[in-house]
Amino acid sequence: MAITRGFTGRPRRGGNDRLPPGQYDTGAGWPVLTAELTPQIDVDEWTMTIDGLVDQPTTWDWRGIHALPSDSYFGDIHCVTTWSKFDTTFSGVSLDSLLEVTGVRPEATHVFATSTTGYTTNLPLADITDGKAWIVWDFDGKPLTPEHGGPVRLLVPHLYFWKSAKWITRIELRDHDEQGFWERNGYHDRGDPWLEQRYQGDA
Amino acid sequence: MTEVEPSPVASSWTTAVVREVERFGDTYVKLRLDVANRTPHVPGQHYVVRLRAPDGYTAQRSYSIASDPEDPLVELMVECLPRGEVSSFLHDVVEVGDELEVRGPIGRWFVWGGTTPSLCVAGGSGIVPFVSMLRFARRTGTEPLLRIAASAQTRARLPYIDELEEYGAFIALTRENHVQTNGTERVAAHIYPDEIVPLADGIERAYVCGSVGFVSFVGRILGEAGVRSDTVRVEQFGPTS
Ligand SMILES: Cc1cc2nc3c(=O)[nH]c(=O)nc-3n(C[C@H](O)[C@H](O)[C@H](O)COP(=O)(O)OP(=O)(O)OC[C@H]3O[C@@H](n4cnc5c(N)ncnc54)[C@H](O)[C@@H]3O)c2cc1C
Repeated sequence: MAITRGFTGRPRRGGNDRLPPGQYDTGAGWPVLTAELTPQIDVDEWTMTIDGLVDQPTTWDWRGIHALPSDSYFGDIHCVTTWSKFDTTFSGVSLDSLLEVTGVRPEATHVFATSTTGYTTNLPLADITDGKAWIVWDFDGKPLTPEHGGPVRLLVPHLYFWKSAKWITRIELRDHDEQGFWERNGYHDRGDPWLEQRYQGDA
Repeated sequence: MTEVEPSPVASSWTTAVVREVERFGDTYVKLRLDVANRTPHVPGQHYVVRLRAPDGYTAQRSYSIASDPEDPLVELMVECLPRGEVSSFLHDVVEVGDELEVRGPIGRWFVWGGTTPSLCVAGGSGIVPFVSMLRFARRTGTEPLLRIAASAQTRARLPYIDELEEYGAFIALTRENHVQTNGTERVAAHIYPDEIVPLADGIERAYVCGSVGFVSFVGRILGEAGVRSDTVRVEQFGPTS
């Protein structure tokens, strides 16, 4: 495509290979983008369930989930609205630990995640297993704030951040794929930032 | 009348020729674009604008559509942020005849198809998608279904204020007094719940668009006015603090 007349862009470091195509470094900022009002959730009433094609559907409460082996993610996150944030630290538990408790039936191929607000998102099972996804409650050593999904959100940092459902309450394992909220509203089914899978119709 | 539905697939990148540029001081710029291979939008949807530097570097940002779907041009209203990479380029550099890469319309959630009784609450540049809704409502005779409340610091910071006043929108300025359409003067202040209650009467949906702080403020006010949070659709932008 043609060059935009007169546009040079902000000064940038040459060859930043941590930035996926079309993304910019938001620095210390962390923009908020949601389609719904931020809910206020009391941790004493919070629960999260994994069910569907598992051997043992399980519901954790706040104490129960904290009793599992803790795990952290250190690295970058990428939002479809083009900001990326480097060197974030999130703490919680690995989804592998949770799925070890529930077991996974061989027919399971996809998951469907639901938030307390009714927000949903779909993911291939392979995108949340083998150290690729977490359930997190701390950001940079402090409790995750409500506008960023606190008390607990899903974290799938290798995909665009709309997949990392805020205020997560349920993950259902399925033998088929079904579009979630943003996917029905025009966003890509998988959302790999390195392939720039932003909207439906992208490769 | 049937609800207007957005197209399910986002269109690919295309070229838009800038046909009109109107600057409002150093705060806003209105761009009217002639979009090649245009797909009709539903009021509330947005476009992505992508700028490309000589070395191949690109920057892209989303901008809500202000125009009615039947307008032959697509209208955007961009607030110029100091040190904003894309907005200050659009404000300071773009001229009539320039070409921009655009993609859209995008977004199938924050849309109003003309059948649901709704209240729109905007802060500053958050008014843009609602201008498309009100223009659509006027053309299709569905104004009774659409109420608009808008807030900004001053008149100059609320784009389309004349058009909003003519529509009978409720306007809350926070740094200067404002004479409402009914002639009464409202003292500078944020929106009060009491002011929202009559506007929320009978609505089935509320849309809130603006900065992150504004959206959370309005969320509380709508709650106090008895609006159920699951009927509220939100579009917010900007930093958290
Ligand atoms: C769905 C959607 C619809 C939107 N519709 C509209 C619309 O209709 N009109 C509109 O005006 N905007 C709209 N926006 C916001 C728009 O997409 C951009 O975010 C906005 O124009 C800012 O982009 P920018 O490149 O100018 O600023 P950026 O360069 O992204 O900067 C963002 C902020 O950081 C500050 N900043 C940047 N660099 C520095 C630095 N080095 N030091 C300190 N501060 C810095 C800037 O001043 C700015 O406040 C919309 C956003 C979304 C998601």
